[in-house]
Amino acid sequence: MLYREAGQFKTNYVADSAIFPLRQDRIGLGLIIIAAYALAFLGNSFLLQAVMIPFLVFSLASIGLNILTGYTGLLSLGTGAFMGVGAYACYKLMTAFPEVNVIVWIFVSGFFSAAIGALFGLPSLRIKGFYLAVATLAAQFFLQWCFIRIPWLVNYNVSGALDAPLRTLFGTPIMGPNATPQTRYLVVLTIVILLTWLASNLVHGRIGRMWIAIRDMDLAAELMGIRPLQTKLLAFAVSSYYCGVAGALLVFLWYGGAEYDVFNINQSFFILFMVIIGGLGSLIGSFFGAALIFILPIVLGIVLPAIMSPFGISVGADVIEHLRFMIVGALIIFFLIVEPHGLARLWQIGKQKLLVWPFPY
Amino acid sequence: MRAPDNPVFAKGDVLLAVENVSLGFGGVKALTDVSFDIRKSEIRAIIGPNGAGKTSMLNCINGFYYPTEGRITFKGVKRPKMRPYEAARGGIARTFQNVALFKSMSTLDNIMAGRSIKMHSNFFWQLFRHGPAMKEEVEHRRFVEEIIDFLEIQHIRKTPVGRLPYGLQKRVELGRALAMEPELLLLDEPMAGMNLEEKEDMSRFILEVNQQYGTTIALIEHDMGVVMDLSDRVVVLEYGRKIADGTPSEVKGDQRVIDAYLGVAH
Ligand SMILES: Nc1ncnc2c1ncn2[C@@H]1O[C@H](COP(=O)(O)OP(=O)(O)OP(=O)(O)O)[C@@H](O)[C@H]1O
Ligand SMILES: [Mg+2]
Repeated sequence: MLYREAGQFKTNYVADSAIFPLRQDRIGLGLIIIAAYALAFLGNSFLLQAVMIPFLVFSLASIGLNILTGYTGLLSLGTGAFMGVGAYACYKLMTAFPEVNVIVWIFVSGFFSAAIGALFGLPSLRIKGFYLAVATLAAQFFLQWCFIRIPWLVNYNVSGALDAPLRTLFGTPIMGPNATPQTRYLVVLTIVILLTWLASNLVHGRIGRMWIAIRDMDLAAELMGIRPLQTKLLAFAVSSYYCGVAGALLVFLWYGGAEYDVFNINQSFFILFMVIIGGLGSLIGSFFGAALIFILPIVLGIVLPAIMSPFGISVGADVIEHLRFMIVGALIIFFLIVEPHGLARLWQIGKQKLLVWPFPY
Repeated sequence: MRAPDNPVFAKGDVLLAVENVSLGFGGVKALTDVSFDIRKSEIRAIIGPNGAGKTSMLNCINGFYYPTEGRITFKGVKRPKMRPYEAARGGIARTFQNVALFKSMSTLDNIMAGRSIKMHSNFFWQLFRHGPAMKEEVEHRRFVEEIIDFLEIQHIRKTPVGRLPYGLQKRVELGRALAMEPELLLLDEPMAGMNLEEKEDMSRFILEVNQQYGTTIALIEHDMGVVMDLSDRVVVLEYGRKIADGTPSEVKGDQRVIDAYLGVAH
């Protein structure tokens, strides 16, 4: 089927304000969602556990950071810590109230990181850019200190680690050692789709316009009557909510248990790179970024040895690891210089070209 | 800002009064003891040579700067120290000398952003983009489309404004200010850098806004022809002081104004 705008006239503002005004886009999206669910039944455990679940978790965290950094223009290096708040909150809640379904606690845990995020967002009224990044860095280190030093957070576990207890949904284990990758994938996928849909609604409406207005020209935004502090704090809260839920998913539905260390500064940078490469201010870019940074190295790890072995060169795991850092680094530099709007922009250009194909314009 | 005790401002009443306003930046005095008023539904020009303090005056009126001395009364209420967003909510909109659009947004979204304060559906409905949120979105879209038709910018509705030529950007910026349905509209050199045809269009829009909606306008402009054609009264600043105030023809004949513009030394 051709990718065309022709013949699709919008007769009312509801249709014209739709997030996906093109029929082909809506069909494409539907197919992707169907394929994603089908994958739960077609893919093997490795694909689901080692590729798809983390990809979705990182996509969700990237959406979170993108709301703050991409849409509102506030740079944060505290993503890892905000994810951690979600994970620890989820742990406390589900162990304190095991009778309530864990899905509820996963969603509720995000509110804790939202509150903490908004608190650390307070300085954003006065400071921007580099200085704000440093303030969020303080949040990163302070919260990480809390994760280490407050044993209450892990119910005085001697190991000091978070572990995923057995939890079920409709009698099927979805968390803990008995939960299969398939069920965990289905849960993560559903949560990510739901939250992505909500984020998409937010960024395309009044609130999204206010965020972008603050990013593009904060003084003019204030002259439109947009309150800078409230708008920025809302961005911090919503952003941290997403990061918090992603953190809870990361520990309990992917790793199955983790220590404070997974929420360190490296995690913050990892997510930031995904957002930059994927495209600042783009939800779909968040998925692209997560895919590129997380999945590409895995693919390389499989493909490189296969290519090299006929030449008698054996590629060890350490080489792959080095290559991974080099490639990610090179990509970041490439995107910063060549396409600051990231993969999302390339995607858009591609679609524009397709709309008029086979003519050049 | 608190609403005043609901007085109705008829055409010709004093809408905004500036009394003995001074503004200093460290040693630099941008404004010295300036007083004038703006009446409901008039077009009030503020003119003067470069660096005279015109932009600073607008900045005081909409809360960017707080005068070091003097006071500003809007709609009969002496204004407390206020932030720009409070001025905006009180009914003051503005455009900038250097265009200050949200450059990644489309024309449509820029003007929609100007309606932010008029939109009230809560976060919950925004999340679902349904019910009141969608109803509101469509209602305001209709209003914004009227502005787009009025300013004749239908063809650039969905274009990111960063890609538009300067003249059109100025027009979109006017649209964004109009979206706020302001009582007082401050225009800082809306025609700077435009060619003759664009200037004529812009003059027509300003006049129509003033006449159709009764919007009070304060206009900074360097082009004397435009000022003489559009404005009801003119205040002239030089080195931060008011040197003349009156109808265009009065001001034009004033010796101090002629000297200021011809650069005669004092
Ligand atoms: N933020 C600021 N800090 C220091 N000085 C300032 C500031 N803003 C304005 N000034 C000074 O105040 C004086 C008046 O500036 P203003 O921009 O109001 O003039 P203007 O009449 O708008 O000039 P133009 O026609 O060039 O736009 C100038 O001397 C300027 O240097
Ligand atoms: Mg000026």
